Amino acid sequence: MTSQSQFTRALTDPAQPVPAGLVSPRGSVDSKRFAVYRNNVHVSLVGALAARFPVTRQLVGEEFFAGMARLYVGQTKPKGPVLLHYGDSFPDFVAQFPPASGLPYLPDLARLEAAWTDAYNAADVDVLVPADLSTIGGDALAALDLTLAPSTRLVRSGFPVGSLWSAHQTTPVSIPALSGSECVLLTRPEADIRLTIIPPAAFAFLKAIGQGLPLGQASEAALTDFPDFDPGAALVGLAGLGAFAALTKEQADV
Amino acid sequence: MFHDPLPARPGLGLKPQHYAQIIAEKPDLGFFEVHAENYMGEGGPPHRYLSAICADYPLSLHGVGLSIGGEAPLDRDHLKRLRALVERYQPASFSEHLAWSSHDEGYLNDLLPVPYTPETLERVVAHVDEVQQALGRRMLLENPSTYVLFEESTIEEVDFLAAIADRTGCGLLLDVNNVMVSAVNHRLDPVAYIDRFPVHHVGEIHLAGYDETTDDAGERLLIDAHGSRVRPDVFALYRHTIIRTGALPTLVEWDNNVPAFDVLMDEVRLVDEVLDGTLNRRLAS
Amino acid sequence: MNRLSTFALAASLTAALGGTAIAQDSMGGDAMAATEKCYGVALAGANDCAAGPGTTCAGTSTIDYQGNAWKAVPAGTCETMSVEGDRMGSLEPLDRDLPTAS
Repeated sequence: MTSQSQFTRALTDPAQPVPAGLVSPRGSVDSKRFAVYRNNVHVSLVGALAARFPVTRQLVGEEFFAGMARLYVGQTKPKGPVLLHYGDSFPDFVAQFPPASGLPYLPDLARLEAAWTDAYNAADVDVLVPADLSTIGGDALAALDLTLAPSTRLVRSGFPVGSLWSAHQTTPVSIPALSGSECVLLTRPEADIRLTIIPPAAFAFLKAIGQGLPLGQASEAALTDFPDFDPGAALVGLAGLGAFAALTKEQADV
Repeated sequence: MFHDPLPARPGLGLKPQHYAQIIAEKPDLGFFEVHAENYMGEGGPPHRYLSAICADYPLSLHGVGLSIGGEAPLDRDHLKRLRALVERYQPASFSEHLAWSSHDEGYLNDLLPVPYTPETLERVVAHVDEVQQALGRRMLLENPSTYVLFEESTIEEVDFLAAIADRTGCGLLLDVNNVMVSAVNHRLDPVAYIDRFPVHHVGEIHLAGYDETTDDAGERLLIDAHGSRVRPDVFALYRHTIIRTGALPTLVEWDNNVPAFDVLMDEVRLVDEVLDGTLNRRLAS
Repeated sequence: MNRLSTFALAASLTAALGGTAIAQDSMGGDAMAATEKCYGVALAGANDCAAGPGTTCAGTSTIDYQGNAWKAVPAGTCETMSVEGDRMGSLEPLDRDLPTAS
């Protein structure tokens, strides 16, 4: 009897022989036949990573990406049958992968791509539009707990990963010299994902809101590090990008 | 729950690169089929497109990750996700594979083969029962394409599938390309396979293009690649099948190197000719 | 938050709501632009029931980047570009706790 444990071990470890009990119609063990299954597992999972990390792949080239992805696939299988989230730990793998160490921005670029697909598949909700805030008075505004839209994602990097990602959205890729750190906001105000590089103060403000602070405290948190921060302008700008879920009925009625 | 069945017409696998064209042009097709797992995100563009397309076409929901042939119990969370998708889109058909794909190490993302024995039959029957219970509807089970044989197998694939259908009440999805792939790979007669197949259980047919290589002994080994036109020998086998079964919903699958939509519609016209030929013959007789 | 800053927040918001276009520019966004009926970018799903192309290579050889099998060097668009981090960038702990709304 050939157990599925034996089958799986041989599939995932190429050093293992073809499991006993698997034969060709000639009755013989046939390595090329079993290799079809090994190939399917690896090619399909490398393909899933290539689909989720297209800019990472463009940056390092097909061959390097395929090799790096194969090593990741070898040690990390999808937890379940839905592949939309496969590769969540791939950016951390890239960060620990010595042959990629010459590209220190690569892990954060991969993190941005992972966040992009998460935003893409996030739940649909109505988003807050700036005008929704116009009827709320000062005290109520400071106490307001805004909720981030499910598709809102924040990525901060010491590298200009937002600009780098954007530069790869045109063909042919034309890349200027890029420098500096960036705070990147992903939102999905309508059907399409919008990538916006936002000021660090707005990032701190949005992050504080995401952690559950009411608007007043979130403003203070941002003002601590950025004394010139203008919370009203940030709030209107971020709402215009679709960063927040619409107010609940209770909130709107205040 | 009653669902209108898939129409006995050609259908196509729905590919994201064709969404916009399909919505704009509304091509003349019997149905679209999607892989259920690709629509298990909570929201976003995939659901917007699928909802728009479902307004115009019947949907066939085709699962690839349930691991019905697995030794392990079915994944309850995955069954819940499937149920949610079935409730959301009310597809005309739900189908899955006679295969396994999950093990302790994780999800292997391939349709792996099952030995055909009395023990594995019990297991698959129990799993199909559980799926139909969880989804509250009848499912179709698809015959696999395989590259190896199990020494322990004692039941022929056709008899194995017939027993599952008889005992669970499920229908069968007859993949004619898989029949050709497995028959060539295991030196069996594909026509004899079709002639023995319990066609009264068949609710849908699949067609696709195979690749070809050789095994260790240099003999033909066909690969279920879904990356080309349906091969002429598979079309001939399909024609033979339809003469036996009458017109059935027939899907053209093309998942790798997906071509322009018009190329898929060329394949659809070939399927239409086969289905029409059968209808004409039946009307004439 | 004290009274003064509560007032400051409200005043700042009122000013911003009155000058939405300016605020948008300062955020680098143009989210108020009219949107056609649009379904968004179509990303391919990775779940499939087809075999991968070919039967060779992937999965059939042991690979190890420290061994002889690993010869690849990054050779994509990274070769033709210059990307400099913030001087502090790689030193400060990066902030990746992405808030996820539930």
